[in-house]
Amino acid sequence: MFWEQLLNGLTLGSTYALIALGYTMVYGIVQLINFAHGEIYMFGAFAGLILVSFFGFNLIAAMLAAMLFCMLLGILVERIAYRPLRGKSSRLSALISAIGVSIFLSTLMALMAGTNTHRYPEVIAHQSYHLGSLDLSLMQILILAVSALLMIGLQFMVQKTRIGKAMRACSQDLDASYLMGINVNRVISFTFAVGSALAAAGGVMVGVYYNAVWPYMGMMAGLKAFAAAVMGGIGSIPGAMIGGLSLGIMEIMGVAYLSSSYKDAIAFGMLILVLLIRPQGLMGQKISKKV
Amino acid sequence: MPVLTLEGISQEFGGLRALDGVNMVVEEGEIFGIIGPNGAGKTTLFNIITGIYVPSEGDLIFKERRINRMATHNIARLGIGRTFQNIRLFNKLSVLDNVRVGSHGISRSGFFKSLLGLPSMLREEKEIKSRAEELLELVGLYDKKMEYADNLAYGEQRRLEIARALALKPSLLLLDEPAAGMNSGEKVELMKFIEQIRQEMKLTILLVEHDMSLVMTICERIAVLDYGRKIAEGPPEEIKNDERVIQSYLGVGA
Amino acid sequence: MNGLDAAITQYIDPYYLRIMILLGINIILALGLNLITGVTGQLSMGHAGFMSIGAYTSAILSMQFGFSYLMALLAGAAVAAFFGFLIGIPTLRLEGDYLAMVTIGFAEIIRVFFLNFEPGGKAVGLSGIPQHTNFITVWLIALLIIALNTRLLKSRMGRAFYAIRENEIAAASTGIDTTRLKILAFTAGSFLGGLGGGLYSHYMYYINPQDFGFMKSIELLNMVILGGMGSIPGTILGSFILTLAPEMLRIVAEYRLLFYGALLVILMIFRPNGILGDVRIYDLKKRWGRKEVKTCQS
Repeated sequence: MFWEQLLNGLTLGSTYALIALGYTMVYGIVQLINFAHGEIYMFGAFAGLILVSFFGFNLIAAMLAAMLFCMLLGILVERIAYRPLRGKSSRLSALISAIGVSIFLSTLMALMAGTNTHRYPEVIAHQSYHLGSLDLSLMQILILAVSALLMIGLQFMVQKTRIGKAMRACSQDLDASYLMGINVNRVISFTFAVGSALAAAGGVMVGVYYNAVWPYMGMMAGLKAFAAAVMGGIGSIPGAMIGGLSLGIMEIMGVAYLSSSYKDAIAFGMLILVLLIRPQGLMGQKISKKV
Repeated sequence: MPVLTLEGISQEFGGLRALDGVNMVVEEGEIFGIIGPNGAGKTTLFNIITGIYVPSEGDLIFKERRINRMATHNIARLGIGRTFQNIRLFNKLSVLDNVRVGSHGISRSGFFKSLLGLPSMLREEKEIKSRAEELLELVGLYDKKMEYADNLAYGEQRRLEIARALALKPSLLLLDEPAAGMNSGEKVELMKFIEQIRQEMKLTILLVEHDMSLVMTICERIAVLDYGRKIAEGPPEEIKNDERVIQSYLGVGA
Repeated sequence: MNGLDAAITQYIDPYYLRIMILLGINIILALGLNLITGVTGQLSMGHAGFMSIGAYTSAILSMQFGFSYLMALLAGAAVAAFFGFLIGIPTLRLEGDYLAMVTIGFAEIIRVFFLNFEPGGKAVGLSGIPQHTNFITVWLIALLIIALNTRLLKSRMGRAFYAIRENEIAAASTGIDTTRLKILAFTAGSFLGGLGGGLYSHYMYYINPQDFGFMKSIELLNMVILGGMGSIPGTILGSFILTLAPEMLRIVAEYRLLFYGALLVILMIFRPNGILGDVRIYDLKKRWGRKEVKTCQS
């Protein structure tokens, strides 16, 4: 029972982590809570659904295509709604703009697809493997494997490549990076693209795993993922991973051992508790006041 | 009578010793200068005195009272006003409001009194305003009292910070690089101004400054910090000729 | 006063009357949030949580404990203020967006609590709340709140709140107890949130936890930021626009929210500091009042 729940928690948590990474990377560079990020995730789930249902894509191909589509969407959103505000306004106006995008995108999808819940056709065999007393479904294995792969890839990119170095420089000091000749706008676009792609992968996998896709699925998932990013220490990439996993585990355990009607409250309650004990989040660095 | 006494003040930031056993006594009514190369710990010292940092070791005594662990706002209320090296104004408030906020520590109308608009509160408001206007007159910013603080020129912002600090009616004023970015004409004016407020307001002034001629001209005593240690202290003449100071700070050309 | 209300009900179209009543309630709610976020700079994204506490508390008190309308409203506001005080405490340690997250989490917890709260009718909601709120009561209270807010923000305390938003360290060094004042702002702002909630439940007859979800908090935050952070006329204007916008957009029917979202983006691009964010009465007077007087440049 316990191990089963832990596995479920890890599965849910790794999808939170995938979405949380987008929040944390964008936040790390432009200090914006990108509220439209949950909607990108929702668009990813729908893109995958359409490709699988109408174009006969297999799951992996649909996921890759959805990631590509959301990359473009993420770049577009940044261009239209955030870039014009950068540098000339407070962070809060950018936040409102992000909320506007979020409302716009979820309504757009509701108009196109209706507000009903859609289901993926059977794209993956209902097969499960036994690991001792543990039941492991194929989809769970896929989610865990794909998430791990994407996160390792991301970590490699951020640490080892030129663009990753530029991203790290921008997250330290945007102005100084600009003065050092880094094309800041390009780095920001790239960050949005990568974050959006990760969210899309999460969206497709959640859509299949829970067999439900609907236009407002982005809101609660987005809030939870943001909570995970904050819990891990916003701006920190390993923090988002750990935050996502712990939030997923806590939520599943809370439902299993406490009460299912308080599901959402448990996740947020844990978050508040963590922040009260460690105000900078699990992996965040303590920022000493600069005077 | 000593106004401010520092006894063995040390400050560590994650293993880095920013200040190391600094002793210092500032006497009432004097202008005391702290000099030292960048990173010597001058601003850290100010932040310790004003309670922004709690010193790792040592004692801080203001008028016979230990203030080591006191919160910043309480230290301000004891009568220690300050300015900041990297100007910290309330940018989106008017120049007048900046100075009016400055007197927060010495006024007392609370939340409910403010809501109700009691006569005592209105009287206090009048006092705060007229005093703020006097101070703006003094620093030559009266004509700009309704401007937003961030629309002022750099030098004006520095003067506004001093006016704000004076609104607290401090007995000890800490000035963190007041002459930064000023031309020589402005520096001469600033020196006159510092001398004037000391006399008119019976102030003790502690200042951190890079400009040697300014420090040597107006300070009665000077302490020299280097890598967090005090390497010399005394009147300007003595400091100018101190071997260690010349070596580590004033350099060959001085 | 009842006669006056009867007259109003008779001569004003019920549809417009309803909008005006909701506008009055929104102004009270938004002024509360303005105090926390607009004036003191503490980003709160859970104001609807305080609203729901006020709404449920006052409704239950007047339905089951026979509280008078005024007493029920005050009690609802007081309970909300108490929770605001509790939420204010993490501000001792948390900064910026961490605090925002706590407020979101708090409001979600409150919503889930009411979804499971027996006396509040759980997910079904609470109905049969006496409809005491009318045009007169809402606007009397709203005008009183506007007047008190204006006085507060022009006082020593008001300036201190703004100073905390502008620069916390400098504020502390002028003798402002920043911690205490931040908690005070949260408490007072939540009081208004609870008051607005009470007025709302006694107007709507029926409430349900979903009325006070994350989107409601966001709507209130939009009112504060859209009008201009920290400005009372700005907050009133923001409430006005965002209360009316959904009604005006009824002509575009199901595209309503699409336009609403786009409107937020466009307004922020063209007025990044809010519509009245950098407009002061003083500047307007100067611009219009001194036209003929040629002042020499100093």
